Amino acid sequence: MEARKLGVALVTGILFGFGLAISTMVRPEVVLGFLRWDDFGLLLVLGGAAGVTALVYQLAPRLLHRPILGDTFGQHPSALNRQTIGGAAIFGVGWGLCGVCPGPAIAGLGTGNGALLVAVAGLFAGAYLQGWMASRRT
Amino acid sequence: MIEQWFPNGWSHYLLGGVLIGSGVGVAFLVAGLITGMSTVFSSTWSWASRLPLFQEDRMRASRAWRVALALGLVLGGALYTVTVGGGALGTTAIPWWQLALGGVIGGFGARLAEGCTSGHGICGLASLQLPSLLAVLTFLTTAMVTAHLVRSMGGA
Repeated sequence: MEARKLGVALVTGILFGFGLAISTMVRPEVVLGFLRWDDFGLLLVLGGAAGVTALVYQLAPRLLHRPILGDTFGQHPSALNRQTIGGAAIFGVGWGLCGVCPGPAIAGLGTGNGALLVAVAGLFAGAYLQGWMASRRT
Repeated sequence: MIEQWFPNGWSHYLLGGVLIGSGVGVAFLVAGLITGMSTVFSSTWSWASRLPLFQEDRMRASRAWRVALALGLVLGGALYTVTVGGGALGTTAIPWWQLALGGVIGGFGARLAEGCTSGHGICGLASLQLPSLLAVLTFLTTAMVTAHLVRSMGGA
């Protein structure tokens, strides 16, 4: 099962990365252009991706008892609390500052944009900081 | 009006979105996986850090396939570059300190919110979760305000 998961995740990543590249979302300037209302293409990317995913998420569990090669359909419920909304607000500030979010940061490396290594390092550092602060709260 | 909203065309955006959705859909249909992209930046720390958050079951159990997912993203970007992209390498004129600071702030916020543009934006919206919709509206708002402020201050 574990090897199958790795294979499926790899295929998903390839489709995801190709989609981010062909839609030019791997270019920070294009993302910033959306955030500054010069070009609303990002909404088509997000809408297209969420639309196709919604079809699969809603239909698959109704038509199949379990995934084709898996045990259960996963769930990732999001909580309505201060962390979700506050975290989203903070995430947006970082995104608006550099035009890079987690998926395009990684996929952009594949297009040979070495400068994005700086953003990837920043994302790892920010995620570590969040884990460190979470351990001090409890 | 289409030219005004989409001065660079619209079809490549929609095509890219459908490809991304197909990838996320395949992971769920075949293996039941929910494939947001920000978690890999936390789960990968589980190999190197003993902080309790990184050692949670959900991190350790998913860390291997999340690395495979990230590797696939790189391969997908590379595959585009050598085919449709005609070999032109990606570049950016955004200053390095903006990439670094934006990365740290974005990474911290995305993990606090348990999701980013893909986790809340694609997976969360596709599973019709109200908290994800509110998260998306929140980060779109703060990102637009930030991007406008940076430009008005003469930044990239």
